Amino acid sequence: MLQPEKPVADKPRPRFSFSGWGPLLGLILLCILATLLNPSFLSLDNIFNVLTRTAFIGIIAVGMTFVIISGGIDLSVGSMAALIAGSMILVMNALEPRLGAGTLTVLVGMLLALALGALFGVLHGLTITKGRIEPFIVTLGTLGIFRAVLTYLSQGGAITLEQNLSDHYSPVYYGAFLGVPIPIWVFLAVALLGGLVLNRTRFGRYVQAIGSNEGVARYAAIQVDNIKILTYVAVGICVAVATILYVPRLGSATPSTGLLWELETIAAVIIGGTSLKGGSGRITGTVIGAILLSTIGNVLNLTSIISVYLNAAVQGIVIIIVAFLQRGRR
Amino acid sequence: MCEIYHRQELQVNHHAPLYAQSKASLTAHRHAARLCDWRRYTVLSVRFESICKDFGPVRVLHEVGFAIQKGQIHALIGENGAGKSTLMKILGGYLQPSAGQVLVDGQAVHFRSSREAEAAGIVLIHQEFNLAEDLSIAQNVFLGRELRRGLLLDESAMNRQTTRALEQVGLWLDPRRKVSSLIVAEKQLVEIAKALSRQAKLLIMDEPTATLTPGEIETLFKLIARMKGEGVTILYISHKLEEVKALSDTVTVLRDGRHIQTAPTAALTQQEMANLMVGRELSDMFPLKMAFSSPKVVFAAQGVSVPGWATEVSFELHQGEILGFAGLVGAGRTELFEGILGLRPRSSGRFELNRKTIELHSPAQALRQGIVYLSEDRKGKGLHVNMELRPNLTLMALQLYAHPLLDTAAEGRAFDKEAQHFNIRGGQPESKASALSGGNQQKLALAKILHPDPKIVILDEPTRGVDVGAKREIYFLIQQLAQEGRSVIVISSELLELIGLCHRLVVMRGGHVTGILGQEQMSEAEIIAYATGIKGSYATA
Repeated sequence: MLQPEKPVADKPRPRFSFSGWGPLLGLILLCILATLLNPSFLSLDNIFNVLTRTAFIGIIAVGMTFVIISGGIDLSVGSMAALIAGSMILVMNALEPRLGAGTLTVLVGMLLALALGALFGVLHGLTITKGRIEPFIVTLGTLGIFRAVLTYLSQGGAITLEQNLSDHYSPVYYGAFLGVPIPIWVFLAVALLGGLVLNRTRFGRYVQAIGSNEGVARYAAIQVDNIKILTYVAVGICVAVATILYVPRLGSATPSTGLLWELETIAAVIIGGTSLKGGSGRITGTVIGAILLSTIGNVLNLTSIISVYLNAAVQGIVIIIVAFLQRGRR
Repeated sequence: MCEIYHRQELQVNHHAPLYAQSKASLTAHRHAARLCDWRRYTVLSVRFESICKDFGPVRVLHEVGFAIQKGQIHALIGENGAGKSTLMKILGGYLQPSAGQVLVDGQAVHFRSSREAEAAGIVLIHQEFNLAEDLSIAQNVFLGRELRRGLLLDESAMNRQTTRALEQVGLWLDPRRKVSSLIVAEKQLVEIAKALSRQAKLLIMDEPTATLTPGEIETLFKLIARMKGEGVTILYISHKLEEVKALSDTVTVLRDGRHIQTAPTAALTQQEMANLMVGRELSDMFPLKMAFSSPKVVFAAQGVSVPGWATEVSFELHQGEILGFAGLVGAGRTELFEGILGLRPRSSGRFELNRKTIELHSPAQALRQGIVYLSEDRKGKGLHVNMELRPNLTLMALQLYAHPLLDTAAEGRAFDKEAQHFNIRGGQPESKASALSGGNQQKLALAKILHPDPKIVILDEPTRGVDVGAKREIYFLIQQLAQEGRSVIVISSELLELIGLCHRLVVMRGGHVTGILGQEQMSEAEIIAYATGIKGSYATA
């Protein structure tokens, strides 16, 4: 009764919606600026370079979009990536004498990574839903646990992939298909799949319904716990996919692998227009957010106006500006 | 006289230097305050002159003009969307009129904020309370005008004054208690105490009894009468015409943003008020009752216990039957059905569907068996008000549109069809549900739970916060569901609604079934007798 007796607008008011186009506009402006400062920014090599580096954060951010839309958060993704990378390398090294330094060993390693990602997701989901603990707390806990286990396994140093395996595995990161690096293809595939799942499947609809109002979703016969667990499994699998691409890049896992990825991932999702409170969000926004963040680093590298050491500062300013422009949107 | 005394004391104590006074001088001051003409300070009249209000291109108030007399209880009635809340927000300083003016005691006023209105003695008590749940009662009462001793807050003075303000409204509570620990009725009284302690001379109450039990309502009415006796002008907004009739001196009817009539309450019958509100005759509010043909029992619940709420409740539901559940607030009706649906823990209970034992542990399991439940809490549990209309409609029947990808075009077509069938007005498929009026939101919520084609429909307060026109539509819809061979359970606090609609009535008290009334036993007196424990031992349906 007390909600204002608002007239229902006859026609939707044509209003510029920042959340829809703002991030893309920002990215385009940044690209124009970068090209003016250093024409080599627009070279195909550089663009592929930026996108390849974006792939890790971008892929995880696609999964994170689901978690955040459902009203959750996963702070552990960086540590999880490190632990999965370490475990993967250890197992592949151990299998090499028996299975050889070939495709089979690498495949087993990849499957192990995916299984671990899914398993961690299930554990997160169960603790959060059945254990009724805030996702922030649960994943803050595992953030510490995952990295500590990796540090223990590596004894504080590096876990390095055997040279033979590394040679066999490296095309996954350094290779190209139709002239485009493999990580970019994977990123594209994950993003398309994510968009499809979010907007065109029951799971995606339920995720939005839960984030919009969990109580209503529960009363509407949605199996809220199961859907929530699945969002953590989704982000876990995304972490695994990103790790599979990441391992051949350096061929090792160290205690600093994936450091601060969780913050970059969450930043990408938020810049993309997903509300931290959940309810609504878009995969395209997330993808653009991820690209925007890594482009900033690239531009600072290519130009000398601002020190590259200030990369995080510039990223931080961009995040705050975006949040500023989106405020009052609700 | 005692209450007046407290009021004066409160007034006195607001002036910071005074609470340091000695007890003797304070008493003297009380006398002085009592001797002066306190009515001069507490009575206030209001006149609206040609008030218009536009939201964008839409005009929601059309030259509304009427007067509120000093010291009266003035009722404001009208359907949802009639403009009552908008008008009250203008008076309370939350909105500014697009044209026209408000006169307070003959002076034109322009409140730019609720704070300015409060300064003039006009306080709006929201239907959804404006209390900070995590603060104490005293902290709420003094929010924004805390008493200080030097730089620090003077907690003890605030607690003392709050205790007195609470006593004034008939609450004997520790002012240090957190508001979140209070029940709804207590929160409402705290709101009133807060308003009174701010020298309210005109109190606007928006649907104050919507969530109260009969006993609590009685307490509230006594308080309102007492405040009137003290010279507070009260503007009372309500859907419940019997309350308006019993309580108010004058009644104003708004319809579609226009002032229809202001008349002494005694001059209008409830029926006349209802007719003025909707602008047509309402004799046909309820559909004609049709006996349900089949004696077949489709659903039976045996020995359902929900800890703290319901004990060993059993009932049977026939095909095509409309079964009512009556009882006071807190009788455990909502909790019983939430327990049955698996929405809250249940300690016992067996269920039969078409004479076959079934398991019910989650709403999803219930839905698969064709049982749906619509909560009484529309915004919190019934409808995604932040989501668009189309996904709201199809949420419980998405499998119809997933092949496996969702066919949004088919969803859109389904929405158009259902919008017409349920007469959901005022929205595009892609507009947010929050843009709809209460009645249309409720119709959308009904369309949603009926979309999966359920056989057993449980409706909890299906017409709460819904205007008269939409109410009638919902009654006819329920009748139609029963005619189609579905079975409907209606939980309601409106006795007339239950009597007008139901074939049989289960009355609950304190978590127990106290009576099952057939058609011929259904009367308000009879239901209340069972609901309050005058009649009825614990029975099974």
